[in-house]
Amino acid sequence: MTDFTEDEKRTLSALVDMIIPASEVHDVPSAADAAIFTTILSDAQRHRDRFGTALAALNELARQAHDVVFANLSADQRDSIATTFREEHADDAALIASVTAQCYYRDDRVMLSIGMEPRPPHPLGYVVEQGDWSLLDPVRGRDDLYRKTDTA
Amino acid sequence: MSEEPVDVLIIGAGASGAAMAWSLAETKMHIVCLEQGGLMNPLAYPSTERDWEARRQGDFSINPNLRKLPSDYPINEDDSPIKVANFNGVGGGTILYAGHYPRFHPSDFKVKTLDGVGEDWPIDYETLQPYYGENDRMTGIAGLAGDPAYPRDNAHRLPPLPLGKAGARLAEGFNKKGWHWWPSDTAIITEDYDGRAKCINLGACGAGCAQGAKGSADVTYWPHALRAGVELRTRCRVREITVGDDGMATGAIYYDANGDEQEIQAHVVVVACNGIGTPRMLLNSKSTLFPDGLANSSGLVGKNLMFHPYASVQGVFEDALDGYAGPAKAIRSQEFYETDPERGFMRGYTLEITRGMGPIRTVQTAMTHGRIPWGAGHHQAARDMIERITGMVAVCEDLPEEHNRVTIDPDLKDSNGIPAPKISYTLSENTKQMMDHGIARASEILSAAGAKDIMSEAPIRYGGWHLMGTARMGKDPDKSVVNEWGRSHDVKNLFIIDGSIFVTSAGVNPTSTIQALALYVADQMKSRLANLFD
Repeated sequence: MTDFTEDEKRTLSALVDMIIPASEVHDVPSAADAAIFTTILSDAQRHRDRFGTALAALNELARQAHDVVFANLSADQRDSIATTFREEHADDAALIASVTAQCYYRDDRVMLSIGMEPRPPHPLGYVVEQGDWSLLDPVRGRDDLYRKTDTA
Repeated sequence: MSEEPVDVLIIGAGASGAAMAWSLAETKMHIVCLEQGGLMNPLAYPSTERDWEARRQGDFSINPNLRKLPSDYPINEDDSPIKVANFNGVGGGTILYAGHYPRFHPSDFKVKTLDGVGEDWPIDYETLQPYYGENDRMTGIAGLAGDPAYPRDNAHRLPPLPLGKAGARLAEGFNKKGWHWWPSDTAIITEDYDGRAKCINLGACGAGCAQGAKGSADVTYWPHALRAGVELRTRCRVREITVGDDGMATGAIYYDANGDEQEIQAHVVVVACNGIGTPRMLLNSKSTLFPDGLANSSGLVGKNLMFHPYASVQGVFEDALDGYAGPAKAIRSQEFYETDPERGFMRGYTLEITRGMGPIRTVQTAMTHGRIPWGAGHHQAARDMIERITGMVAVCEDLPEEHNRVTIDPDLKDSNGIPAPKISYTLSENTKQMMDHGIARASEILSAAGAKDIMSEAPIRYGGWHLMGTARMGKDPDKSVVNEWGRSHDVKNLFIIDGSIFVTSAGVNPTSTIQALALYVADQMKSRLANLFD
């Protein structure tokens, strides 16, 4: 497995910044934030070949339309090229978005913003309310549902 | 290097191998189990780390081609819309299963007689019932007696898993429709049991239970089997089962943890490698006497592969539900389980509630369905989804068809150079009709429960959790691979005990039936020790 090249990193950073941009309203960083992007690069290694192919395709679309690589496009131009990319390379675009989400939504700042404690589930666990078991009363009164055979 | 023959060689330490090992241990025979994976360390499971949800898409992925651990073997699944889910290690697939633990229905053993489809099993529900009970006691299950969808049974149940907000919401939906639902029988203990601590709602059951509350075979059967003297050898991958001039199995050739070839001799060989691994091993065990693979005079080894095609239907609600907390399972419905020809298909399905999901899977699911956009709108859309999704899956009965099969890939090999399996599988029209019906009914339930948006997927692409039918049991050697007590028709000291021997799939998760069958076969062996090979 080879590391991503600097050009690939620039392209990917520009793309993930589009997928999940920063938000002042929710006080959360972009997916291109340094810490999050480091995680993205690490997790993307599992799909290194597909990412490489997809990023090359994205840059090729940018070159064909504007004669520059994706990272050098204006925001409007990126939107347009990304739309074409998602249409023509849907599976790869979905993979990149999926990896972006799996890294973004485990950052402490993001977890706190969505109301999650930034901790692993174990060993504290969580509380789940028991619920109202009287809801089962209508079902308790039903006749047998299972099909009788000659032995049961 | 060869060693003294052992009495029983079990290949595979998953659900069935563990149950067999424990049951046979009382005979004091020399029993050795070879397992290609390792012994699990619960304190290294994802739920002990911050990246618990992401690791389910990495080293704890359900798909071996994505997981790519040294213990995994590749599977060519290009010709299947459903991809395989498995795990290779002590405990096998139970390491990653959700613990949903229903039994088959009595009708499931008689589908040919009742509905004119598939084949009848050579055994019935009553034959297995005592073994279901024994298995429940060994595993520890939560649930509630009195389900009208089942005959009265002999299960010892701990209190059911909590309904939670999601379960209660969906129960209201079922009640509005007047349809059946019931707390799931689940292999997750709600009270301390057999030295194990009760569930604390980690919510990551599908990536190994760090608490040990989920009844994976490594924490249920194996500790007892090991204490009783069974020898478990991990990181040992079997290449082939060997045979003698008399046509009897003589043992196996395997690669140890160092990759060195080893041979073990055995008087009895038991294969417990699941519905993909078992036919792979039999088909790879060719010899002069068995040129088409071992135990394959019927030509049925690898054929009749059955999954449970899953239809997933998820609803988005206005308020927060259980989200990532709590076991994935809570309740199930079998309103549409038994055949009703007016529905347009034969047999039926279980609706199995999926309580909720973590933020990563929530966002990924909603992005896939176009509910969360790229760009500035992402954040609010995500917040409108996280902790607000619950729903269900339709677990559809898959009928046996010979063209759905496991073969040996001509090129693909595992890290030891052993030829890898290829699966070829298509969805039948019956299945498609059943999934459509399940989606429609589940959507009605979710709407009745107040869902504001509904998303569906069928079949679930990475939903090949249940691997069945590829070495089925039966009394006729021309129509089955093993007899009615698990012994090969062709090789009289070779037994198969995993989901391969299922004749039909039923419409429920198979693990409790796999383990009950293993206990039943073990009892048959113990009762016939004097004339086991006659």
